[in-house]
Amino acid sequence: MSPVIRVENLGKKYTLRHQQRDQYTAMRDVITDGIKAFARKLIHPFQVSTEPSPTSEDFWALKDVSFDVSQGDRIGIIGRNGAGKSTLLKILSRITEPTTGCVRIKGRVASLLEVGTGFHPELTGRENIFLNGAILGMGRAEIRKKFDEIVDFAEIEKFLDTPVKRYSSGMYVRLAFAVAAHLEPEILIVDEVLAVGDSQFQKKCLGKMEDVSAKDGRTVLFVSHNMGAVRNLCTSAILLADGRTISKGKVDCTIEGYLQTIWLESAETNGPLAVNNSFGIVLDSFHILNANGMPTVALESGKRGSFQFCLSCQIPYEHCLVSITVDTIDDVRVFALHNAVSGFDVALRPPGTIIRCTIPCVSLVPGRYRINFKLRISEDVIFFLPRAFELQVEDGDFFGTGRMPENSWGGLVLVEQDWSTFPFK
Amino acid sequence: MSDGYDLIIEPGGGIRRYWRDLWKYRELFFFLAWRDILVRYKQTAIGIAWSVIRPLLTMVVFSIVFGALAGLPSNGVPYPIMVYAAMLPWQFFANSLSESSNSLIDNANLLTKVYFPRLIVPAGSVIVSLVDFFISMVILFGIMAWYRYLPDIRMLLLPFFLVLAFLASFGAGLWLSALNVKYRDFRYVVPFLVQFGLYISPVGFSSAIVPEKWRMIYFLNPMVGVIDGFRWAILGDAFPVYWPGLALSACFTLLLFVGGLFYFRNMERSFADVI
Repeated sequence: MSPVIRVENLGKKYTLRHQQRDQYTAMRDVITDGIKAFARKLIHPFQVSTEPSPTSEDFWALKDVSFDVSQGDRIGIIGRNGAGKSTLLKILSRITEPTTGCVRIKGRVASLLEVGTGFHPELTGRENIFLNGAILGMGRAEIRKKFDEIVDFAEIEKFLDTPVKRYSSGMYVRLAFAVAAHLEPEILIVDEVLAVGDSQFQKKCLGKMEDVSAKDGRTVLFVSHNMGAVRNLCTSAILLADGRTISKGKVDCTIEGYLQTIWLESAETNGPLAVNNSFGIVLDSFHILNANGMPTVALESGKRGSFQFCLSCQIPYEHCLVSITVDTIDDVRVFALHNAVSGFDVALRPPGTIIRCTIPCVSLVPGRYRINFKLRISEDVIFFLPRAFELQVEDGDFFGTGRMPENSWGGLVLVEQDWSTFPFK
Repeated sequence: MSDGYDLIIEPGGGIRRYWRDLWKYRELFFFLAWRDILVRYKQTAIGIAWSVIRPLLTMVVFSIVFGALAGLPSNGVPYPIMVYAAMLPWQFFANSLSESSNSLIDNANLLTKVYFPRLIVPAGSVIVSLVDFFISMVILFGIMAWYRYLPDIRMLLLPFFLVLAFLASFGAGLWLSALNVKYRDFRYVVPFLVQFGLYISPVGFSSAIVPEKWRMIYFLNPMVGVIDGFRWAILGDAFPVYWPGLALSACFTLLLFVGGLFYFRNMERSFADVI
């Protein structure tokens, strides 16, 4: 059987402009540049300007990407930020044109690069269902037919005629996803849309997506950073890096390869970890400290552990907000540490301040974790470093019994427990 | 060559498919226009009345300034009617221009997340302005009834001039919306253009007061032809049409529209990347 999607040598080139002050071109610049070029020509009429303009540079967001997708395949597209995943989806959903290559598609395509695209806050839930449905490519009759089902799925009957700006964010996402989940295309292209919403609803959506694709033989292309979701939903995966396909194949192997590359890259760090020039704040180092206060790569469960950040600054900053969140390697958030919740005020003093957060008893199940770091000063995000650091947790004597739960029992955290028995009657 | 593939995505894209898509996405077009109309007057106290008040007040001001104070001629027609007959197409043009020039940017989140022929967006803005036009039209009949002024058979030619007004508005809207994506300068140019245009177009006065030798040049402004046509159709012989001028205006309008269409199509493929 011939593939339903055939991608051949796909490439997308962007021209990057350096020294650009604004996001967009102002005509002022175009005119002045034009005049400059013209003047240069007048002065040196015979000099052919062959050198490329120093302010721009070509950047290939995608290069020579080829793959085939057969009907009913559920393909995960993974890779780091900037690997070209979103560009690929944008080309497949025809939002932007490729620079080279071509894509052939058989069947009706619906792409879901965002939930609630085109939702208008002033319109009611009912109106938005129709609007959003039309934007996603449903006809009026089709929407009307599925209307009740959509409302049921979103669980918002009572608020149908309320403007969505008064919805809670959970309701908003539920409604938005409910519309999307009732699309009936042959090919569904989904970007990281599940990052929003509570985990229970995420599961419901994943379940819905899974059963539509398994039941009707629907083809799904799914981009996500959440390896757990990719593993659950997809049958195979494509790994992109720097706009090229690195590997494709069974989902488990591809994910393993991806995690390996991240692991290797995070090991080689030197120099400051992050710099914020506009505030003059530098994140010099990060350390995980063990129970004895010594830098380490691995913590032991049941023991004390600390995260320590060294920040240098030029002027003092008061009331900083520091958050350290810990995710599993599959991107499931395990917990969040935040100085505000423990009522601790963080101030930065020049030349530098060390921030240390200590966990008296590490209660994570042994395994690999990732640490995200965020520093805010009032409304400004100084650093936001997702998946910046790795944390290894090793077997420790958490329960004081010398025993640990088996790996196969599952679970993310260790919980202290008291058991007792009583005779009855 | 297509081997049963429904869709082939490649650099350049297909022009024929574009027009087919435009037809396929007509429902989205209606939904977007419907959304804009719905949203327009939400959370306003007097709602749709705004689309009546604006032209009405402008008419009053113009009648006082040009008619009563400056004493410009109105060929025996009540000055308010003369002004309002021109106000109708002008408001339509001005509204379309300001709405459509920002339409792509206002819908940037749609443009970067879903595919549809982008032409739908500025077209929707023009349609929304057209709704306002029809509301204002009702007011015109009210004013005419007030002055006991009866239009004649020429009124039936009004749709032709409306089409001309539509082409001028849509053409200019296409140019400005596409330019605005790339050069945000046009955000500032458009309000100025609209304000300026009100005075160089014969809205507050009759185009007959323009000296003979400048007449032809004056008609290069596409709205001059449209406004004169409206006056002629509504008010009759008091405002004879200068036909060569009207023809020039119409040609120029057509040029504006076709040029706008080509320019828009050309720029369209890069919208998602630059917006």
